[in-house]
Amino acid sequence: MSANGRRAFDVVIWALLLTMPYWMGAIGGYTELATRVVVMGLAAMSLNFLLGFTGVLSFGHAAYFGLGAYGTAMAIKYIAPNTWLGMAVGIAAAAIASALIGAVIVRRRGVYFAMVTIAFGQVFYFIAFRWNTVTGGDDGLTGWHRMPIDLGLTQLDIYGEDKAFYYFALAVFAVCVGMMALLLASPFGRTLLAIRENERRARFLGIPIERHIWLSFVISCVFVSVAGSLYALLNNFTDPRALRFDQSGNFVIMAVLGGMRSFWGPLIGAAVFVALQDYVSSRTENWMSVIGLVFVLVVRFFPRGILGVLRGKAAA
Amino acid sequence: MTQLILFDVFNGLIVGAFYALMALGLSLILNLSGVINFAHGGFLALGAYLAYSLMPYLGFWGALIVAPVLTAVLGLVVERVLIRPLYGGDPLYGLLLTFGLAYIFEDVTRLIWGAQSVPFQVPAWLTSPLSSEYFFLTGYRVFMIILVAIAVAGLFGVLGYTRLGMRIRAGTRDLDTVSTLGVNVRVLRSLNFGIGIYIAGLAGVLAAGLLGLSPTMGASLLMPSFVAIIVGGLGSLLGTLLGGLLIGVASGLTTVFFPSASEAVIYVMMGLVLLLRPRGLLGEEGRIH
Repeated sequence: MSANGRRAFDVVIWALLLTMPYWMGAIGGYTELATRVVVMGLAAMSLNFLLGFTGVLSFGHAAYFGLGAYGTAMAIKYIAPNTWLGMAVGIAAAAIASALIGAVIVRRRGVYFAMVTIAFGQVFYFIAFRWNTVTGGDDGLTGWHRMPIDLGLTQLDIYGEDKAFYYFALAVFAVCVGMMALLLASPFGRTLLAIRENERRARFLGIPIERHIWLSFVISCVFVSVAGSLYALLNNFTDPRALRFDQSGNFVIMAVLGGMRSFWGPLIGAAVFVALQDYVSSRTENWMSVIGLVFVLVVRFFPRGILGVLRGKAAA
Repeated sequence: MTQLILFDVFNGLIVGAFYALMALGLSLILNLSGVINFAHGGFLALGAYLAYSLMPYLGFWGALIVAPVLTAVLGLVVERVLIRPLYGGDPLYGLLLTFGLAYIFEDVTRLIWGAQSVPFQVPAWLTSPLSSEYFFLTGYRVFMIILVAIAVAGLFGVLGYTRLGMRIRAGTRDLDTVSTLGVNVRVLRSLNFGIGIYIAGLAGVLAAGLLGLSPTMGASLLMPSFVAIIVGGLGSLLGTLLGGLLIGVASGLTTVFFPSASEAVIYVMMGLVLLLRPRGLLGEEGRIH
């Protein structure tokens, strides 16, 4: 894609995102679904920072998504009813956890990295599941909700107004995505691409591979925790399913479905996946089979994803 | 107190035996083909439910023999149709495909046999306690441990002393060379996959007699099996076996003192192993990537 084409594509994406609550109803959706697309899109794009742009296969990102969600929910419930505080606590929790765990696993590669990340993720699931008195156990954490945001002169009522929360989430999304785009365009981001393309050569050039992968892992986990935090705020609720391993798998399939070699691919994958999940689970009890079939079909017939295929067509 | 500890350690050993059986199959497939089979738990559950459905016709012993074989046959079909095209590619795709399969397996099992757990009858003479003092030592549990031991010995026997086993072990080290020497690698991978699934099916039937049947029975064994492989050391089947038993016992012991941490403790163990001995207990140096 040419530079102009890419810019035009950016404009289209942002225009669609900015107007989504107004046309979502016309195609059978609702505002909350639009918010879910943005939140899951952020999660999938964050995962893709590591998966698509560093070439490291993490299958445990739900853990940090869930840490963001639980941190937010617990801070609002137990410390003080303030949305900003909740988000800060959730993100800090995920940052600390990913920095520690990342340091232990950073030398693993390929399937082994995937296996270790997914197994570590389960620790948080069992803590959330078992520590009833604090986390609400299997029933999830209720009895709290997102708080209106004070902007000095006026108040943004993200609790009462669905659309207000959508635009709040979109603003957070924009900040995170902008930061990721800047990081990827920086020398650091270029180095990550070099590691993805040929780790051995990058190592011979004197690049500290482990430090770069560790940093990329932490950055990716921090952004995914922002998505988790927004997800808890969206539902005014969180439960252990937010950090179970099937959620990790869903993030990966979103990234692959949309195209993990392109910046916007995971967002598109997330939009398709969320819409499909919403539609199928309202139609049939056997939605698991349908979602499973999506995994199988994407891998067998669509491994480069939607944007990968489109880009291939454009180049031909 | 001693009895309580013994009880929980014994329980842990039995659960650990299931982890080990499951992890051995996963390990076999991972070592030779580089695929983490997420659907392994689905195959285990399928083996259990097949045995449940076959029991009225074949009896317990017939079902015990036939159900794992049928599961393995299905495994061979899945490998041939879906997994074979992915060999040698990005490991991501094998993960995603088997992940999707796991969803489908669980759902189809639920569709056919219902979401509720169903009981599984084992012969009456196996269920009575062997000793009044150690009430937990029922015949079935002892029988199960013996059977697991036979299965594991059989697996190691096949791997160690047959031509097929030798080829599998050689292929784990260097598949290209094995292929150059005239071994049909595709068939080798298929058979290896079949063996792994057979063990999962067998574990399913045994687990059914002990824990009952539910569509998610296999999925809940999957994560601990990963931990068993990592703790035991990648590339070492003996390590996998040891890892499975070890985390089972550790989990059982934790039940005595701090029940709510009985699941989390195995992940703590994994963290410690990765910190102190990254290649795992019996893993070989240089194979950790």
